[in-house]
This record gives sequence, C-alpha cells and structure tokens, in this order.
Amino acid sequence: MRIISDILKNYSRADDLMPALQEIQKEYGYLSEENLILLSKKINVPLSQISGVATFYNWFKLKPIGKYHISVCRGTACHVNNSEQLLKFIEKKLKITAGNLTDDKVFSLECVNCIGACAKAPAIMINDVVYGELTEKKIDIVLDGLRDKK
Amino acid sequence: MKFITQIADLQKGHNELNDDRITVGVATCGISAGASKTLKKLQDANLGILIDSVGCVGMCYAEPIVTVKQKGIISIYGKVTEENVPKLVDAIKNGVVYNELLLGHSLEEIAYYKKQKRLLMQNCGIISPLNLNQYIATSGYSGLTNALKINPGQVIDEIKLSGLRGRGGAGFSTGLKWSLIAVKTGRKYLVCNGDEGDPGAFMNRTIMESDPFRLIEGMTIAAYAIGSHDGIIYTRAEYPLAIETLDKAILIAKEHNLLGKDILGMVGFNFDIRIVKGSGAFVCGEETALINSVMGRRGNPVFKPPYPADRGISGNPTNINNVSTLSLVTNIMSMTAREFLKIGSEKSKGTAMLCLTGKISRAGVIEVPMGTTLRDIIFEIGNGVIEGTKFKAVQAGGPAGGCICEKELDTPVDYESLNGVGAMMGSGGLVVINDTACVVDLAKFFMNFTKSESCGKCTPCREGTTRLYEILERITKGMGTKKDLELLKTLSAYVKENSLCGLGIAASNPIMSTLNKFPEEYLAHIEKKECPTKTCKNLLHYTITQECVGCGNCVKHCPVNAITGRLKEKHVINKDLCVRCGACFEVCAFDAIERK
Repeated sequence: MRIISDILKNYSRADDLMPALQEIQKEYGYLSEENLILLSKKINVPLSQISGVATFYNWFKLKPIGKYHISVCRGTACHVNNSEQLLKFIEKKLKITAGNLTDDKVFSLECVNCIGACAKAPAIMINDVVYGELTEKKIDIVLDGLRDKK
Repeated sequence: MKFITQIADLQKGHNELNDDRITVGVATCGISAGASKTLKKLQDANLGILIDSVGCVGMCYAEPIVTVKQKGIISIYGKVTEENVPKLVDAIKNGVVYNELLLGHSLEEIAYYKKQKRLLMQNCGIISPLNLNQYIATSGYSGLTNALKINPGQVIDEIKLSGLRGRGGAGFSTGLKWSLIAVKTGRKYLVCNGDEGDPGAFMNRTIMESDPFRLIEGMTIAAYAIGSHDGIIYTRAEYPLAIETLDKAILIAKEHNLLGKDILGMVGFNFDIRIVKGSGAFVCGEETALINSVMGRRGNPVFKPPYPADRGISGNPTNINNVSTLSLVTNIMSMTAREFLKIGSEKSKGTAMLCLTGKISRAGVIEVPMGTTLRDIIFEIGNGVIEGTKFKAVQAGGPAGGCICEKELDTPVDYESLNGVGAMMGSGGLVVINDTACVVDLAKFFMNFTKSESCGKCTPCREGTTRLYEILERITKGMGTKKDLELLKTLSAYVKENSLCGLGIAASNPIMSTLNKFPEEYLAHIEKKECPTKTCKNLLHYTITQECVGCGNCVKHCPVNAITGRLKEKHVINKDLCVRCGACFEVCAFDAIERK
C-alpha cells in the first residue's frame, strides 16, 4: 500500500479535490479522517469543505470496507426484478445490514443507485466485477467462493 | 492537411474485418454473463483464426455472444457460455454451423434487429473498440476529415441543418447550442456529459465501452466547430470498464495525431481530452451541477442565467453535450446532414438509442429511428413481457419520466410525443413492468430515489420530495386516506413549479403519471387496504388453511413467534403479532398458507 504522502504529492490545487479523494479511496478503500486532514493542509482547502464534498457524493465511503465490497444495485430495472429481496438475502447471509462490514472484514455491503447493468437485472458489483441475472442460489455460490478464497 | 490513411493502416483494418474472424462481446453485460471465460477458452483452442474481443452488440439477453466468420459465412451465436465452447470449437474446426446456439447469419436476420437502425451502434459489437485501423476501415474519421475541409461556421450550419437535438433529455438544438458558444472568445471548454446516473439507462456506457473513437471523433469535430482546445469527458466512477477503454483510446488518438497539437496536420487546431470521474450523484447530470463537480465542489445546481455558454468551468464559456449527441455528430459529418434528415420523424431527426429492460423477454440496448412506436419496440424488438405475464406499463425517461400504459403504446418515440403522454425522452431508459408490479410501489421507489438524490439546496425539492415519499409510504402501508390523493396532486404541482433545477421540476412526474393512469390501484390501497398485485407487504394478510398438517416448520421460521399450534394439528397466526414478512408462506411445503 502506498503511503498517503506519496499520493498527495500529485495534488496541490483546490481543483484537485475530487481526483485526490478518488485516489485516496482507491488506495485505502475509504476516506479516513486523518487522511482528509492531511489533504486539507496539502491543497489548502478547509476540512469543512472537503467534508461537504465527501458526504455529497455517494461514491465516497467514510467507513472502512471489506476485501470484497458488494454494491447491490437498486436501480429501476433491478427493483422490478426483486433486488430488494436479494439485498435482504445478502444481509441475512452476511449477518450485516447495508452500509456495514463483516466482523472478519472480508465483506462490506452497500446499496447503489444504478450500476448500468440493467439488462442483467438484478445485478450486483463486487469490487469492479459485475454479476448479473442473480438468484439467491447464484449469490450463495459466488459469496461462498469468495469467502473460501479470502 | 494529412489524410487519415497517412496515420493509420486502412488496409490492415479492412483485412481484419473481412477475413475469417471470431469475435466475442466483452463489454460489461457480456463479462457478467461469463464472456471472459468464453474468450479465454476459444483462444486456448488454437483455431488459427483471428480472435477479437469486441464491445456490446446490444443483445444483452443473449450474452455471451460469439460471431464466427468462416469462408465468408457469418454465424452469430448466443448464450455461448464456457460449457458450450467445446461444441462450438468442434463446429469451427469442421467448418460447419453450430445450429443449437445460432441466432442468425446477419444482424438483419435476427428478429431483434428488424425494426432497428444502427447509426451510433454501427460498430458496437463489430469492431474491436481500441483498434484504430478497424475503426477507420468502417469509415471512421471521415466525419472529422469532412469537417476540416470546411470552416467551423459551416460545420455548425451542417449540424443545424441535420436537426440534431440533444440526446440527454431536453432536446435542445445542438447546432444552436454550438452557435451560442462559437462567438465567444478566450478559453472555452467542451464537456461530454457521460454522467449516466439515470437508473435504467446504460446507452452511454455502451458507446464508451464499445466504440470510444466515435465519441472522441465527435468531440474533436465539436471542438473545431466551437473553437475549444479543452475537452472533458465527465463520466461515472461506477463505470470502470468505460473509463479504462476511454483512457486507452485517448492515448491512441494522441499517438496518431488525432488529438493533441495540429490535429491531422492542421496548424493551430489543438485539442485534448481528459476524463473527469463523477462520484455517484444523479443531480450532476444537470449542467450547472456538473460544472461545479468538475471544479471539485459539491454538485449543487445554480440559477441560470448566466448560462454555461457565458460562464461555465472556472468562469469560462462551456459547452456541454451528451455522449450520444456528440457521437451522432460523427455520423452526421460522415453521412451528411441531408442523409441524416431522412431518418426519424418530423421534429425529431435521426435515431434514438434506448435501453429496454425490466420484465421484458429480450432486454438490451437498441437503436431505432425516431418515431418508432413503443408497441413496436416492446413487442417486435423486445418480444413482449416475460412469458406468462401481461404487459402493464413502461416507464420512459427514468425517475424524471412517466409511465405509459397499454392504450398509449402507439405513441411514437420522439421528444414531443412522449411529453404528450406525461413521460419524457430523458436519457432513453425504457423499463417495462408487467402485471406483477404495483404502480404505487414504483412511484414510491422513484420518490425514494429523488429524495435521496436531491442536493438539498432548494426547499421545495428537498422537503417536497421527502413529504411526497412519506405520503406514498403511508398509502403502501394501508394508512392512506382519500385526502392524501389530493395532497399528492397539490404538493406535486408545488414542487414542480418552485424547484430550481430539472431534478425537482420532474420529480413528481412518476407520481402524477401513475395516479392519472392507474387511479383504481391507488384507491384499492386506500379504500380496500389492498394491494392488487400483492407487492406492498404491509397490506398482505396471511392465514393458515385446512391443508395444514401441523409440521411446525412455519413456527421455526416465524421471526416474531406469531404462529402457534400443537404438532400434527392445524396452526394459527396471531394477526396482531404478524409482521407480514412472508417467511411462513415461503417455507410451507403443503401450500397451507393463504396470502391475500
């Protein structure tokens, strides 16, 4: 993992805020308070403003995520194809609610608005990989497979 | 000026496309259906034929798709999963057609494409997205070449003549928009809006993943026309493959003098494109919000005027067009405006790229001439709703659009006609619902979306959408009154009239359109406390019938201990304790639980 000062080296202006936040999140999985404070000093933007941006956009995560981050699509096509039930199934299986991390830090779960895989509804994204036309059975297999891999 | 053939190998592209070739569609939909494994297996088979990975041909329902061209015969295969590869490999080795998975010998032959007209999608799923030679062999960069032969003003005139209107939703004339910024001096920004936040739409993603040079060429033509040197593609961080593809395509274009300094040898024509990643905010599709976001701020919309053409990014004039709009510019400059004009309806020219999803037999991305009726799209192209169910409605235009019912299906797809039936073109998402879906639940779903996506800046939108959601929630929980219907109408009108940006203005469309078209369904929830489609779980009642054998399975699964009874005797549900979760209904092996 790269250290934060290495990442911040590339950013110096207020305009750099979004790309900087994106890169920090890419490296660490989320935006920690300490890192935001360092960014604030580096690009000379008040922490309050950074917090305003970080909380405005759904993509930014303020809590640590698991090795496998599951985004359950709650777009329209997924909704009419029972994504709500699917979400409940995953919540039950992982014993966490959306927005949280499992105790072993392997899985984290969140709901997203649309991942653009509508023709494959209901769909979820695990890290950068899209899984479509899901059923409870299929999810079971996928999640068990990932858990075994760890 | 240089000829395009001086910088890319046209002949090589032609040869690759015309010789024996196998292609596998590996865009997002294909990958999710297992196309990467299919591709790997085909490569491992050492067939001695060029194997290309291509983008999405649009038939998402039949992914993974493999096209084989052998001895001049094209065979398009669907559902070629990993397990099916060995048989296909045998067929290829023997030089025969594998009939079991065959969809057709050309796209035109497949029912899904009969009513389609592919302009934007002409290369999607055909060429390898990052292969510049192949792109040029399909007349790529002829649009830019034609544009550079005339002066910028003439390019704008050509786009005006074509009647091209913005594909992002509102349908403003693209040529007119360009002419407003062309007269400005100093630094100007050209922004491509690829922030496809509209749930149910992924046509922008399809273009960016499957034919990125079409977009880059369109942007270069636009930059030449309006006099901009700074291009930005604003797209979603949720589209990792699209970003990766565009990134590489931009680099390739730079290496070939198709971006950068003195493009195509034209001294002084400098243009570069960078990608700015959005971070998941629906409101950033709005122009002024997008500009704030590009500058690293919260994506709050601001009051217009000043319009972006006057003051946009960092105070400089900014022109924003949608991905489809800019890509169509490439087609228009290549085929001429006069030819483009011949396609489409009277006021809406050209084609519309739409995403057909929901409870439809053939889901995917389609492109049809403007003016094609929804009936043709849903029943001819999409082959109707999934088997055994009945068509109920189609939601056009996402959360800002409205639903269109059975009797309005002969509405042609164009800007004015869709507005006429209480929906809108929006970004082009068509989500079909069947008789199992509850429209009140659907309206509630959209309000939940809009209330969480409202930026919170203006009160009518922030508070209005939340209150509208609460009313709908009340109705779906069986606590609604007839007064609530009046309240929905009044508040919807208020939010529409008083909100600052398009998000608030259009927020109540899903409510008003479902309320106007399915009033009886709202009334059933309110008066009879019943959900006709059994979707709203708070309105369901569970009882145990005489079929019960007293196995006790339901007792084990009930989360609130609402079921009692002795072993081998009929059980009962305590209605006061029941939370209507349906767990008993799901687990009963004797169909002894009735749901009403």
